[in-house]
Amino acid sequence: MTSAPRDGESRSGGAGGVSAPPEDAAAPAEAEPAVRGLLRRRLTETTTWTFLILLGIVAGFAVLRFEAFATAFNFRNIAVDASGLSILAVGMTFVIITAGIDLSVGSMLVFSGVIASKVMLAIGGGGWGAIGAGAVAGLAAGLAWGVVNGLLVTKARVPPLIVTLGTLGMALGSALLITGGIDARGIPLQLITTIGIGRVAGVPYVVIIAAVVAAVGAVVLGATRFGRYTYAIGSNAEAARRAGINVDRHLIKVYALSGFLAGLAGMVSLARFATTTIGGHSTDNLAAIAAVVLGGTSLFGGIGTVLGTVVGVFIPAVLQNGFVILGVQPFWQQVAVGAVLIVAVYIDQLKRRAQERGGRR
Amino acid sequence: MSEALLEARGITKSYGVVRALWEADFAVNAGEVAALVGDNGAGKSTLVKILAGTTEPDAGEIWFEGRQVTVPTPVAARELGIETVYQDLALAPELDPAANLFLGRELLRPGLLGKLGFLDKPAMRRRTNQAFADLGIGLQDTGAMVANLSGGQRQSVAVSRAATWVDKVVFMDEPTAALGVVQSARVRDLIRKVRDSGIAVVLISHNLPEVFELADRIEVLRLGRRVARLRAADTTMEQVIAAMTGALSTGDAA
Repeated sequence: MTSAPRDGESRSGGAGGVSAPPEDAAAPAEAEPAVRGLLRRRLTETTTWTFLILLGIVAGFAVLRFEAFATAFNFRNIAVDASGLSILAVGMTFVIITAGIDLSVGSMLVFSGVIASKVMLAIGGGGWGAIGAGAVAGLAAGLAWGVVNGLLVTKARVPPLIVTLGTLGMALGSALLITGGIDARGIPLQLITTIGIGRVAGVPYVVIIAAVVAAVGAVVLGATRFGRYTYAIGSNAEAARRAGINVDRHLIKVYALSGFLAGLAGMVSLARFATTTIGGHSTDNLAAIAAVVLGGTSLFGGIGTVLGTVVGVFIPAVLQNGFVILGVQPFWQQVAVGAVLIVAVYIDQLKRRAQERGGRR
Repeated sequence: MSEALLEARGITKSYGVVRALWEADFAVNAGEVAALVGDNGAGKSTLVKILAGTTEPDAGEIWFEGRQVTVPTPVAARELGIETVYQDLALAPELDPAANLFLGRELLRPGLLGKLGFLDKPAMRRRTNQAFADLGIGLQDTGAMVANLSGGQRQSVAVSRAATWVDKVVFMDEPTAALGVVQSARVRDLIRKVRDSGIAVVLISHNLPEVFELADRIEVLRLGRRVARLRAADTTMEQVIAAMTGALSTGDAA
């Protein structure tokens, strides 16, 4: 299987489960090669390697400290820890597939949390009415920052790196101005006891939210026209434009999606920590980018999957957790993730170069 | 000469101080292959981009089916029934051939899923395979991304995309430049097939033997102007070269 190296990282293959529409019974002749193609694509993808690395890490920790590591309790902890980052990283996946970047996710998260907490406190009462209004305001705040990012990238033609570096500072600064730098307290208790720490059938709400976001993101990216345009723009924006795709409008939507999901992650953070954690998200953007790239998404655009991103989110989360259990200094997690990240991009570069030798573009 | 299907009159386009086109004229009729020839920098590609809606002219008129039109965007060109095979192919290398063939015209699933924007990938794959089979293009793995195809295969994808969607006029900017002997012959057959179905084909080529093999008429651009219109059957290659290099200027001969 691995002898067919570069056939595989086709984006459609990666969309994996979601991109393989049920083959028509009417076309049995096509079904067989299609299935084989899908398998080969899956097995040769960067995502697959990352997934194998993740499995290896899990297996390693399980072997070393089975009774402490491989428990439902511990897996639940890992999933809860990864949930916020996972939501951010799904939005980041779309942005990076368009060959863009969004450095402002952590700041948008904080800003949304601040807006939501202010609205909740202003309405008061601590009931679901206040919580709902706050959540809507927080999500709208994230969405608005995302739209600002998108407009600046497309209409002002400022590179995404600079635009989102700018809004990173603006959103965080605004959050500090609104709060005077002091984290909000008095988040409605109901929000914390349900969404924050509650569970359904043993699964925490925050994990359910993150899983739904990932599932919807994977389907949208792999199976819909929105996803197809996302890939097309990242692959060749000029070709997309000539094909009649409204590239600017689509890019604005993609950045808006990233902002909206940052707002959602802000709500999750608010529910989990019962405060706005203004100072706690300064490296969320880098963590999200690392997860997306680990998951096989190319920084050059056109290639990537949500499934891969989820795997990329779990590698640092599992390492952190496992090192703590083993009594290894958890700082090793940062070293290990950094190394894996560089290797992942190195492999991506090697593939690109091989393609260019093949006379690409 | 009867009214042309698509006619450009007095098209002028400058890039800064560089004048790419200066009051250039061009016309093509339904059911003919008109070759647009000229030396490098004569303005062929610029003229095609203007008529295909990817570049706006500074001055000039475009007439289509007897009425004056503007072609401000590629979508506007598409709505007129104009398709283009660009010299750079304009393919998305990370997408597969079916996705490229249907780029901007994706088929959606029937019913609610379609309204939600779900793609009908099996149908697009089937129709792509059919289109390739019709053109005699052999692609073993239509699921592979375009970046992994050979230059000729990529060109075939771009050509079959235009041939699939064209309704009135197709521009082909060097359609056989990257092709081998067999594939070039197939594309030439395809061009004839398209012409015989009543579509106007505009062939931009450096390959004069190919131009003479395919074209019914030859229009020569030189330094941003049309300097000759020639009936291919009555013309020798020497005359075309003379027009391209400025040794001959006939204006409207055909």
